[in-house]
Amino acid sequence: MPSIRFRLNGVETDVDADPDSSLLSMLRGRLRMTGPHFGCGADECGACNVLLGDRAVASCDTPLWAVAGREVTTIEGLGNEREPHPLQQAFIAEQALQCGYCVSGILISAAALLARNPNPADAEVRAALDRNLCRCGSHNRMVRAVLRAAQAMASR
Amino acid sequence: MTGAAASPPRQLPVSLAANPMLSSWVRFSAEGQVMVSPGKVEIGQGIVTALAQIAADELDVDIGRVQMIRASTAASPNEGVTSGSLSVQQSGRAIRQVCAEVRQIFLELASQRLGVDANALDIQDGTMTGPGNISTSYWELAADVSLERRATAGAVPKLATQRRLAGNSVPRLDIPDKVFARPRFIHDCAFAGMLHGRVLRSGVCAAKLVAMQEDGARAVAGLVAIVRDGSFAGVVSETEAGAEAALQALRRGAAWSAGETLPDEARLAGWLKAQPVESTVIDTRTTPRTAAASRTMRRQYTRPYLAHASIAPSCAIAQWAGDRVRVWTHSQGVYLLRADLALVLGLPVENITVEHVEGAGCYGHNAADDVALDAVLLAKAAAGRPVRVQWSRQDEMSQAPFGAAMAIDLEADLDAEGEIVDWRHSIWSNGHAARPGRAAAPALLAGTELANPFARTISTNPPQANGGGGDRNTIPLYDFPCWTIESHRLKTMPIRTSALRTLGAQGNVFAIECFLDEVAAARGEDPVDFRLRHLTDPRAQDVIRAAARRANWKPEPQPGRGHGIGFARYKNTGAYCAVVAEIEGAEDISVRRLTIAVDVGEAINPDGVINQIEGGAIQATSWVLKERVRFDRQRITSNSWSAYPILRFSEVPEVQVEILARPDIEPVGAGEAAHGPVTAAIANAVFDALGVRVCDLPITRDSLIAAMEASA
Repeated sequence: MPSIRFRLNGVETDVDADPDSSLLSMLRGRLRMTGPHFGCGADECGACNVLLGDRAVASCDTPLWAVAGREVTTIEGLGNEREPHPLQQAFIAEQALQCGYCVSGILISAAALLARNPNPADAEVRAALDRNLCRCGSHNRMVRAVLRAAQAMASR
Repeated sequence: MTGAAASPPRQLPVSLAANPMLSSWVRFSAEGQVMVSPGKVEIGQGIVTALAQIAADELDVDIGRVQMIRASTAASPNEGVTSGSLSVQQSGRAIRQVCAEVRQIFLELASQRLGVDANALDIQDGTMTGPGNISTSYWELAADVSLERRATAGAVPKLATQRRLAGNSVPRLDIPDKVFARPRFIHDCAFAGMLHGRVLRSGVCAAKLVAMQEDGARAVAGLVAIVRDGSFAGVVSETEAGAEAALQALRRGAAWSAGETLPDEARLAGWLKAQPVESTVIDTRTTPRTAAASRTMRRQYTRPYLAHASIAPSCAIAQWAGDRVRVWTHSQGVYLLRADLALVLGLPVENITVEHVEGAGCYGHNAADDVALDAVLLAKAAAGRPVRVQWSRQDEMSQAPFGAAMAIDLEADLDAEGEIVDWRHSIWSNGHAARPGRAAAPALLAGTELANPFARTISTNPPQANGGGGDRNTIPLYDFPCWTIESHRLKTMPIRTSALRTLGAQGNVFAIECFLDEVAAARGEDPVDFRLRHLTDPRAQDVIRAAARRANWKPEPQPGRGHGIGFARYKNTGAYCAVVAEIEGAEDISVRRLTIAVDVGEAINPDGVINQIEGGAIQATSWVLKERVRFDRQRITSNSWSAYPILRFSEVPEVQVEILARPDIEPVGAGEAAHGPVTAAIANAVFDALGVRVCDLPITRDSLIAAMEASA
């Protein structure tokens, strides 16, 4: 098996694996990174989204070879309880979920949006999250949370 | 602080009567924690937080001390299934009553220990204090109090005004874990030595596995076992990727028989009405008429099969030890699942432990129970190691039970003034319930696939006393003088159906509320006025007035924009909900705004209620505008998100929710209150905008064109 090297949440990571196997499978399997969730396996729901560089991508549909030498950020790398990302704080403040299975992928899509557009309008948030599915109907809360996080980041 | 309160309840709440031991609900640790053990489970609705609030309030402890225990057949009270918007009603009342009694028991002991009257003691965060700085606490006294005693119904819960937490929007306890991605879902559990399983299923409905080549799967690295029992087949592997690869190999080498013929999806109403049925008169009313019928209005309404389409594929973990098995599941009913597992395995229930672990949002009887049996069967081949099984997206969308399709006929006899003098409501539908643990045969998918198979459970309907199934919300709340309500339940079931959020209520409320709109329009009467005039329950009138007021009913018509109203009291016994929908469009309808008023009695956690109503409203909008299970004559074809689209962020309407304050009325659930009224309000708004009555869901470009052609 060839060795593939990439940065995962800021840490140099080497894995020996089939380069055509999926990033999600590696993250959730050998690397025990369970934030990205399996939803469909076909880049149709966004539950497994991670940042590849500064773009949100579906890790289920991203082969390992495509991340070689790149920076991968999962929800675990976005922040934690001690050092939360403003998006995570805002999702708590807005109680912006019901079941929460989709939320790690949505936080990642939102983080990618705020990195390229720190002051998005409501419609721009919705457009950025349009490939992420939520089945519980928490969409409007999530949009409010992203807007709240944008404000918090602007006033820092 | 025991104070004056309402008169004691004459009987125990239903869940407490079934599980009367106080210790099965509440325990204290010496370390200052309260363990509360409900029989209901978290399915994304926030119930655990609401129940913790109730316990903390009644015991006078900080909510941070309350540890909510996940339901398990090893120790939890048996509260049946977490469904029907009953968790606050059933678990909440039981916990409130238990905690009131436990508080009283501890106060009595504290009074003895401290030598003061119990009435002189105050409890703050679990510490009881009295005159002269004397004090003790639940934790100090816990070792000397046995809660191994039966609830007595003698204790009196606090008055609404004495509760500190109920009525407040306490943040949900589970949300930090979820935004920080701490493993909480069953999908994220990893046990030592855990293996991975996958089950082979044919896309052809009810096909039998005729032959299976195993060589390909055997060649896959990490394979532990290939399991086959009749048409049930699966693989167990050291890794998840290995299990996937072995399953693919197995699929290539599998030969299947022809399956069962499915109905023609283009002629579904005709098919429903042509099947053998069990017919039931649900209700009749007769009143001496004041006016003779001068004409009759008729409409047929339909609803398609709907998929749960949970965002996560179902998952379970099972582990055998000799002839005992332990199962981790996101089932809605751990005891009910255990009963069915016992039937399939031929084991006494004592040999089976079923524990709840959270899954993704659950909207009814999905594949959670099915995958639990899959895991149990595959784990038999794992030599005592735990086996985690996860379904594919395709199987989740095609093998799990669906919400049943419905054909609904409404007729109204009108007098010369256009007033309703007689009302007839008939439904044709498969049953809306085939849950596990309720019949002599198991209701689990793999049970029908074994070499010695169990017959597939044909769905039935719960009785009206429990809210009904296909007939849910058929009995009008309106004061029509006469009516006849009939339900025709299909006795054939080529497409598997069971409980999906609201059961038949979404279809029935859609039909009733659209038909009423039409009757009102025929009289030239405002639909809000018409409803108010035919309702006598002030709580019903209040939600309609509140929604209408907030939506500035009725806004001036604008081209391509319309407003509509819908109302129901869920199950006729639950939450009252009125909705004004504002829609826009001509060919493709978009819902711009839903203005909702709701009365759930006491709102334990108002933001939780709003979250549930909002979520229900958005999900219902998705059902109305997008959703329809698709199939050909052999297989379910809508087995991906592209074939079964749901509402996306850019399509979601603004949702405003107003809760009517009723702190002194027993609380009821909110999760299913909005679906029916939202559906009807959207359809009525479409009429307002376009002048066309769409009677077949979903409301798409095709159904609009068909409705326009039919009315032309």
